[in-house]
Amino acid sequence: MTTLALPTAPTPAGVARWLVGSLALGLAVIAAALASLSYGQVSIPIGEVIAGLLDSSADSTSALILRDLRLPRVGTALVAGAALGIAGVLMQALLRNPVADAWSLGLLAGGQLGVALTVAGAAFAGPAALAFLEVFQGVSLTVGAAVGVAVAAVAVLWLGRRVGAVTLLVVGLMLSFTVQGIVSVVVHFVSRAGGKVFSGWNDGNFASVLPAEWPLLAGVVLVGIVLAGACAKPLNSLLLGETYAKSLGTNVGRLRTLALAATVLLVAPVTAFCGPITFIGLIVPHVARAIAKTARIGSLLPLAALAGALLAVLADFVVHLPWQQHFLHLNAVLALVGAPVVIALLVFSPVMRGLR
Amino acid sequence: MKTTTALSLNGLTVGYGETAILSSLDARVEPGGFLCVLGRNGSGKSTLLRTVAGLQPALAGRVQLGADVIGPMPAAERARQIAVVLTEQAHSPGLTANDVVALGRQPFTDWRGALSAEDHAYIRDAFRLAGAEAFAGRLFDDLSDGERQRVMIARAVAQRPRLMVLDEITAFLDLLGRVETMAFLRRHAHETGTTVLLSSHDLELSLQLADAVWLLVDGALEVGTPDDLIARGLIGRAFDTQDVAFSAERSRFELRRNGSARDR
Repeated sequence: MTTLALPTAPTPAGVARWLVGSLALGLAVIAAALASLSYGQVSIPIGEVIAGLLDSSADSTSALILRDLRLPRVGTALVAGAALGIAGVLMQALLRNPVADAWSLGLLAGGQLGVALTVAGAAFAGPAALAFLEVFQGVSLTVGAAVGVAVAAVAVLWLGRRVGAVTLLVVGLMLSFTVQGIVSVVVHFVSRAGGKVFSGWNDGNFASVLPAEWPLLAGVVLVGIVLAGACAKPLNSLLLGETYAKSLGTNVGRLRTLALAATVLLVAPVTAFCGPITFIGLIVPHVARAIAKTARIGSLLPLAALAGALLAVLADFVVHLPWQQHFLHLNAVLALVGAPVVIALLVFSPVMRGLR
Repeated sequence: MKTTTALSLNGLTVGYGETAILSSLDARVEPGGFLCVLGRNGSGKSTLLRTVAGLQPALAGRVQLGADVIGPMPAAERARQIAVVLTEQAHSPGLTANDVVALGRQPFTDWRGALSAEDHAYIRDAFRLAGAEAFAGRLFDDLSDGERQRVMIARAVAQRPRLMVLDEITAFLDLLGRVETMAFLRRHAHETGTTVLLSSHDLELSLQLADAVWLLVDGALEVGTPDDLIARGLIGRAFDTQDVAFSAERSRFELRRNGSARDR
């Protein structure tokens, strides 16, 4: 072996770039969350918001609005956005497909179907099952969604090795429409029981999570995040393809299973509680890559979590501005931002080179 | 354990499932050798290389790297000993050339994949050696075929393996690119003591540069120096067709006229 003089500074400019990017995103998330807590149909001054966050015993009207309505909603947006952003990075790496994500490939639709079938099953099983479902709604719907997401994910992985990136995207979207049709039919027959769960479900909503349910949502997502972190290193090698991954010592089969499990844990509870949240998982990984100027998964995951949380909170903020008439739907706001980005990606982006 | 044999095949049979493509191969390589694997399309070059690199199991016999048997070696350990470059064009959305070369250090990093000062030094060194510094910061997918191949070679160099296995990597390069690539790998083998095993369709270039040749002919493996194999008439036997014949004197292939080599 030749001997080498080791340079003194190991840190390339990339690390500084990444640090500045995460710091800026982190500050933006905090600012957006505070704005969202403070502004709405009722305005609460920032000072009171911060005081209310620190003092959980306050019982003024604004403190109650803050604690019972806005905090769960903003908290849910933060968790859901981070979860979808991370899941998007995992999906895009796993499928080596820059337009992959849990929503666009039909995983969320699978989760929806899982929830619908859980509710329908309980309704057909009788009042006892329905009563059980009502008490353990969060857990049972999450489990139902997880099964649906997992089935859809396995199908997409199988399909992803046989068709191209853009074909997979179209198939995924068609799959989503199909499942939405099926869900409508199922809901039609269990309208009484399912009505509450499904009302406005396709629009996506961060506001329906009760304070007591929030720990379940956050807990499952946290486990998913830890699993995603464990996948980061081997997923890098998969970016070069399966043979290279193998030659770099990666157990590809085990990696697929692990990344899939992480995706299910990230996506299923969000779908169960908030409905299908569109576009975040698809565009956030690209934002993260643009900031980090690399596709290294370990660098992307924290950035994607922050960018996802930011996008979710901002979209939710717009939805809950004190509009005169009615209120906007979350997925409508996300589509206004997300769809043009996806179109630009498909048509212009260099990451789609060779995939169009 | 000290040994003068870097790589050896012992009764190696390669193939897929039940089907053996090459049977009972034996060969031995000195450390720091630049070896070319030659043979016609479908002669089993790629299968042999994949098996040597541990990417598919041997049907019988074994491949040894020094005293270590490759088959049962854990994948993580194998990745520290053997680097692989393939003919298939790696396509990797969003990765920069720098990311790709950094992947060569992956087998040596902790669970987070964090690069040490030493790793960064090896990466920079690999870029310099492979002449790929100019495009380190660019997107891998934006590079030309030749540049991309250089980056993949730099990645293999950064891996600092005992054995480098390269399968028809010059297929997409022009003549100058092929000469440069093969000359670099030969120099790298001699200077660093890495054993380089390369398959190529570039017969004349391989015969000029290789320290030794593994020639696949009629399902058997013939081993020798280029001169040796030429003198034994094996190159001609492996590649002569109705239209082309190998001229031993000129060390090159020539068109036949009237069914015999033009020059003899």
